[in-house]
Amino acid sequence: MLPHLFRVHQVHRETVDTFTLQLDPVDERGAVSFVPGQFNMLYLPGAGEVPISVSGDPAQAKHLTHTIRSVGAVTKVMDKLKRGDLLAVRGPFGTHWPVEEAEGNDIVIIAGGLGLAPLRPAFYQVLSDREKYNKVVLLYGARTPQDLLYRHELERWRGLLDVQVEVTVDSPVGGWHGDVGVITTLIPRGHFDPARTVALVCGPEIMMRYTVMELEKREVSQNKIFVSIERNMKCATGFCGHCQLGPIFICKDGPIFRFDLVKDWLGKRDI
Amino acid sequence: MVNLLLENGDLVVIEQSDFQQLLDVLAERTYQVVGPTIRDSAIIYDEMTSYTKLPIGWTDVQGKGTYRLKRREDDALFGYTVGPHSWKKYLHPPVSYLWRTNTTADGFQVTTAIEEPPKLAFIGVRACELQAIAAQDQVFLQGRFVDADYKARRENIFVVAVNCVQAGGTCFCASLKTGPKATSGFDLALTEVLTGTNHYFLVEIGSSAGADVMQAVTHQPASPAQIEAAEALVEATTQQMGRTLEPLDLKELLYNSYEHPQWDELGERCLGCGSCTMVCPTCFCTTTHDTIDVTGETTAHSKKWDSCFTMTFSYIHGGNVRTPLRSRYRQWLMHKFATWLDQFGRSGCVGCGRCITWCPAYIDITEEIRAIQESTNKQEEKIGGKL
Ligand SMILES: Cc1cc2nc3c(=O)[nH]c(=O)nc-3n(C[C@H](O)[C@H](O)[C@H](O)COP(=O)(O)OP(=O)(O)OC[C@H]3O[C@@H](n4cnc5c(N)ncnc54)[C@H](O)[C@@H]3O)c2cc1C
Ligand code: SF4
Ligand code: SF4
Repeated sequence: MLPHLFRVHQVHRETVDTFTLQLDPVDERGAVSFVPGQFNMLYLPGAGEVPISVSGDPAQAKHLTHTIRSVGAVTKVMDKLKRGDLLAVRGPFGTHWPVEEAEGNDIVIIAGGLGLAPLRPAFYQVLSDREKYNKVVLLYGARTPQDLLYRHELERWRGLLDVQVEVTVDSPVGGWHGDVGVITTLIPRGHFDPARTVALVCGPEIMMRYTVMELEKREVSQNKIFVSIERNMKCATGFCGHCQLGPIFICKDGPIFRFDLVKDWLGKRDI
Repeated sequence: MVNLLLENGDLVVIEQSDFQQLLDVLAERTYQVVGPTIRDSAIIYDEMTSYTKLPIGWTDVQGKGTYRLKRREDDALFGYTVGPHSWKKYLHPPVSYLWRTNTTADGFQVTTAIEEPPKLAFIGVRACELQAIAAQDQVFLQGRFVDADYKARRENIFVVAVNCVQAGGTCFCASLKTGPKATSGFDLALTEVLTGTNHYFLVEIGSSAGADVMQAVTHQPASPAQIEAAEALVEATTQQMGRTLEPLDLKELLYNSYEHPQWDELGERCLGCGSCTMVCPTCFCTTTHDTIDVTGETTAHSKKWDSCFTMTFSYIHGGNVRTPLRSRYRQWLMHKFATWLDQFGRSGCVGCGRCITWCPAYIDITEEIRAIQESTNKQEEKIGGKL
């Protein structure tokens, strides 16, 4: 499967090490449609190819949006992209957040750090179909106020009268007067009815584990909790073998999983 | 000679003296013939136009961490088992290029690097190897995604299988029912019979392509005695097989053994060299590389065999998932005998014994599995005794 060319339409710096790219397909072969939770393989010649979730609005059919943290060999080169540069894309791949399946329920979106990027499309979709859900809650935690993604959007969403948006940081450096504490401290405050709640959770694995424990304390059942799992990935099509978690191929069986179906595997060490 | 039209399933006989014809007919049909031959004191797979390149009169002596060639007392063409190579080197090459890019006025363009594959005739494919090819077919062809390169290569081969008439020192295909007789997946399957002055091959036709090729090779209908002689040889191979592995309930047992002390023990002995994964005919993992030419104008994106024993295999930003060697050995064994079954509905091991022969630390997977099985049985006996 060959990657298709996209041109950088805009680069938006989110934090010191994280940026959002808006990409335009160079020709009709480049697909921008996706389902929230899916990812693409982004490629730069000579650098390599990496899995990155789509972070844009699924209803917006013009650009493809990705939010990338510059951490290593490939993403550091991507960090140098400017408007007009080319990037190649294969995808979209993977399972999606059960946004439509959750209609009629309360929906709770819980993100840690960069985990907000793959969840933002789900939140956009819920907001655009707001009448189809009961309570809508977004809980977001980052290390410091400087690490918050989509800050202006968060502020705008927080101004909406029919969604609850709570944001916390681990350490309040740089004059933060909002909530301080790990993401799990927000869960008891979420205005949702556990009996009819679907929870979408994304963040570091340890954060997801504690989040599920906290959700269980509120009696949200494990089969209503969905998580996104990350593993090394070279092909996204089940051929390279890198993303295996027990019998699971994260790339094609996931990355989004119902928690009760993967918890045994997540609970094992060094697997 | 009355030459009736051959059909799938027919049994015929070709004399050793006519064997070269088979290679010639395949060459006429534009196949490049590849088969076992000796290089650097081992039997490997390589191109050949003459059957004399086969390891005629040689056999291999294999054991835990040992492989040696030895002269036979006869001139058998296929009197050995499997060496360090497997057919995956042709179907799923160690390195293959996926795409290339070149710089253009306004950026770059991407073009496919997948080339038209060679038309190959494999000579001497063993039953276990046919099963290994079937296992890789599932990985690359029968899932949601199809590997176009593998598909093209796979569709371009002609398979001449050879039934094993002697068991290798590390084989255990009989336990897994993956050999020693080829049952499907071949165009022709040979059994070499060498008794006194007789030296012939019983040939089973496995496809219409096989029938077409055999039609052009001098052959005779097989007599009941010839069929019986060949069957007896294959049957004797099953009896000779020194190693066994009990697959019954193995998946469940392993799934319940993630914290078994045997993994700690293995973590001490295994060197993490990955040799086992390189020689294994079913192992399919790859990593990718990007290379840039000196001018910086063109790049190539390639995939290369990778091993779950390397540290970086499970690397994600922040660290490796499987750091202790124990966990990497566990991944390999669990994949072969447990998770593969859930992924593909069959075992990831075909009992070829290569990983036993080529492990520099003398690790024998059949012994390791047995150790886990026996310790669990003992455990159960103890619990049973207490009740
Ligand atoms: C399904 C999925 C969705 C993702 N979504 C995003 C996203 O939206 N934004 C974002 O910034 N990051 C995302 N990641 C993580 C991102 O893929 C890695 O940060 C990236 O691969 C690091 O590559 P690198 O070469 O810059 O880093 P290096 O540290 O140099 O990594 C070397 C190689 O290891 C592999 N690798 C390293 N870390 C990861 C990782 N976390 N996941 C998978 N492979 C890895 C890659 O093949 C990489 O090329 C996602 C990962 C997965 C699996
Ligand atoms: S695991 Fe070992 S015995 Fe089994 S197929 Fe692979 S190399 Fe052969
Ligand atoms: S089991 Fe043997 S061959 Fe495999 S990695 Fe360990 S030492 Fe190497």
